[in-house]
Amino acid sequence: MRDVAVVGFAQRQMEEFDGSPTCVELLVPLFAECYEQTGWTRKDVGFWCSGSSDYLAGRSFSFVQAVDAIGVTPPVNESHVEMDLAWAMYEAWIKIQTGEVDTALVYAFGKSSAGVLRRTLALQLEPYTMTPLWPDTVSLAGLQARAGIDAGLWDETAMAEVVNRSMGDAEKNEYAVRKGASSVEELLARPMYADPLRKHDCAPVTDGAAAIVLAAGDRARDVRDKPAWISGLAHNVDPMSMGTRDLTRSPSAAVAAAGAGVDGVEVAELHAAFSHQELVLRRELGLSDDVAINPSGGPLSGNPMFSAGGIRIGEAAKKIWSGEAAKTLGHATSGPALQQNLVCTMEGRA
Amino acid sequence: MARTLSAPVTVAFDYTRSTGPVLGRFLTGLRDGVVVGARTSSGTVVVPPPEYDPVTHQQTTDFVEVSPAGTVTSWSWVPEPVKGQPLDRPFAFALVTLDGADAPLLHAVDVASPEEMSTGMRVQVRWADERVGHITDIACFEPAAERDAVATEQPRSGDMPADADVDPVTGIITPVELDYVYAASPEESAFYRGLAEGRIVGQRCPACHKVYVPPRSACPSDGQPTSEEVELSHEGTVTTFCVVNVPFMGQKITPPYVSAYVLLDGADIAFLHLILDIPADQVRMGMRVKAVWKPEDEWGTTIENISHFSPTGDPDADYETYKNHL
Repeated sequence: MRDVAVVGFAQRQMEEFDGSPTCVELLVPLFAECYEQTGWTRKDVGFWCSGSSDYLAGRSFSFVQAVDAIGVTPPVNESHVEMDLAWAMYEAWIKIQTGEVDTALVYAFGKSSAGVLRRTLALQLEPYTMTPLWPDTVSLAGLQARAGIDAGLWDETAMAEVVNRSMGDAEKNEYAVRKGASSVEELLARPMYADPLRKHDCAPVTDGAAAIVLAAGDRARDVRDKPAWISGLAHNVDPMSMGTRDLTRSPSAAVAAAGAGVDGVEVAELHAAFSHQELVLRRELGLSDDVAINPSGGPLSGNPMFSAGGIRIGEAAKKIWSGEAAKTLGHATSGPALQQNLVCTMEGRA
Repeated sequence: MARTLSAPVTVAFDYTRSTGPVLGRFLTGLRDGVVVGARTSSGTVVVPPPEYDPVTHQQTTDFVEVSPAGTVTSWSWVPEPVKGQPLDRPFAFALVTLDGADAPLLHAVDVASPEEMSTGMRVQVRWADERVGHITDIACFEPAAERDAVATEQPRSGDMPADADVDPVTGIITPVELDYVYAASPEESAFYRGLAEGRIVGQRCPACHKVYVPPRSACPSDGQPTSEEVELSHEGTVTTFCVVNVPFMGQKITPPYVSAYVLLDGADIAFLHLILDIPADQVRMGMRVKAVWKPEDEWGTTIENISHFSPTGDPDADYETYKNHL
C-alpha cells in the first residue's frame, strides 16, 4: 500500500447560498485556498473527483458545469460520485493506490436550501414500499431516536448534552451556521418538534462546499511538516429497510471502524446529523470516554449535504497538521438512519 | 436587489417500475385487501417480503398472510407534513409489527396529536377507497382495540386469494414531483438582466481573454472567474446547425425548422437559438444572421426576448473567421 496523506482542506458553510446550484462561484475560491495551502497549481493535481446530486437543487448535470471551476485546458483526469465528499476521497485514495497518480483534489457541493431537503432525501429510499410514502429524513431519525429511548440506551438528557457541547464548540468555528451553548436544562425546556426530536436535535439545513487534497509519499512531505497520513479507510453498508435492522445499532459503522483501526484515536469528528446518532456511533466505533468528539461543533452546527462527511475528515486532519493530536478519526454517513458508514483514521507520524 | 435572479421550478416524472414476483405478490395482496409477508430461512415473517433471503440469498417463495392489525414498535411525530405523505395534516410515522409478523412495516398512523401515540399501542390498517396494487393502498393505520377484541386470524401459508394467481400486479407507477427555487448564477443573472434592457451581455476570461455568452462563473479552460462584462453585437455567424424534423411535447414551431449555434460578433463561444424567416433547407454554415427581438413591452429577464435569428442578407462569413469556434 502507498502512504497517502490529507494535505489540504477548505470549506464553506452557510444557511442559504445566493448563487447557482452548480456552486462554481463557491468552488473557485475553495480551489484557490487549496493551491495556496499546497503551493500547487491545478496542473499539479493528478486526479479530480466530485460529490454532488442534481436532485438537491434541480439543476441537471450540475457536476459537469462545476468542472468549469477547475479549468480543463489541458484536459484533466476527472470523476464524480453521487455521494458525500468522503466517498469521492475514497475513490481518489484508490486511484492513488493504483499508482496511476500521486495527487488528487476532491470536492463536493450542494445547495440544499433550493428544495425541501428532508423530502428530497426520500428519493434515496427503497422505491416500491418506502419512497411513495415520502418518509422524510427527520421522521426516520425520530423512529431511530425513540427506539433507543424505549430500549433505555439513551434519553433526552443524553441527547441534550450532545447538543449543548456541540453548540459550545461551534462558537470557535467560523463556518458554523448554528452555535451558542446554553444548558441542558434550557435545551430540555424547549418544545418538542418531531417528537421525540426537538429542533436542536436535528442538523440545520445547510448549503456549502468543501475540498480535500490528497498526496502520496514525498509529494505529501513536500507540502506539510506533519501530513495527516491515512492509516485506515473503510466503508460498509447495512440493509436499507427500516424494519429488518435494529435501529439502535449501526453494524456497518462497527465493521468500518474495525477495518480502519480506531485504537489510539484522540479526536473523532462524527457525521451525526441528529444528536442521538452521535451516541450510536460512539458505541459502534468503540470510542472511549476520553476521545474528544466533534471539537468543530460537528454536523449539528452545520451539515451541508455532500460536503459534511468530508468536512469531518478535513477537520480531523487539521488536528494532525497542528500537532494537537497524534491520531484522529473522520466519519461520514449516507442513507437513512446511519445506513452507510465510512471511517478514515489519520496519524501524524513522520 | 438580490445578487441573483431566481424562479420557482418543478421537476416531475412518473417512475414506472416492474415489481418482480416477490414485491408483486405483496402489492397484489394489498390490492386484494390482505397484507402478505414472507417467511425467511431463519423462520421469521417479514413484511414487506424481502426479494431475497438475507441469509441464504435464495429468492423468497414462502409467502404468509398476516393480520391487518398490529403493534407500534417505534414512532415519530410529523408536525409539518411534506407533499406526498400519506396524510396532509400532522400525523405519526410508525413502525408497526403486524400480528403474525416478526418485523415491522413503515407507514403512517392517523391521530390528532402526539399524546395519542405510544410505543406498544394497537393499530389497524385503514384501506384506501380505491386499491390498485401500491403501498398507498394502505391509506394509513388508525388506533385499534386491544388484540383480544380484534378478530385476528393465524398466519396462513400458501393459502392466497385466487386473484393473486390469475391477475397479479406486475408494475407500479410512482409520480415524483420536486419543487425548487431555482437560482441563476450572478453572471447568468447579469445576462438575463441585460436581455430585459435589450442588451446581450457576456463575460471575458482574464487569463485567455475569451468571451463567453451566456456568461459562466469561471472560464472552463482556465478555471478563472470571468469578471469583465462585455456587451455584444446582435449580429453573428451560424457556425453549425441542425434541422428539427421530429415533433415533441411542448414544441412551439411546426417542423421542419432550424436550431443553430450563432457566434455573435465579439464572442468566442456560440450560443443556441432558432433561425427563421428562411426555408430550413437554405440555412448554411457561415450564414450571417441578426437577432429579431419581440416588441419591448413583452420583454422580461429571459432569452425569449429574442424571438429568433434572421438572415441579414450579407455575404457569408469566411470559414477562417469561425473555424476555431466550432
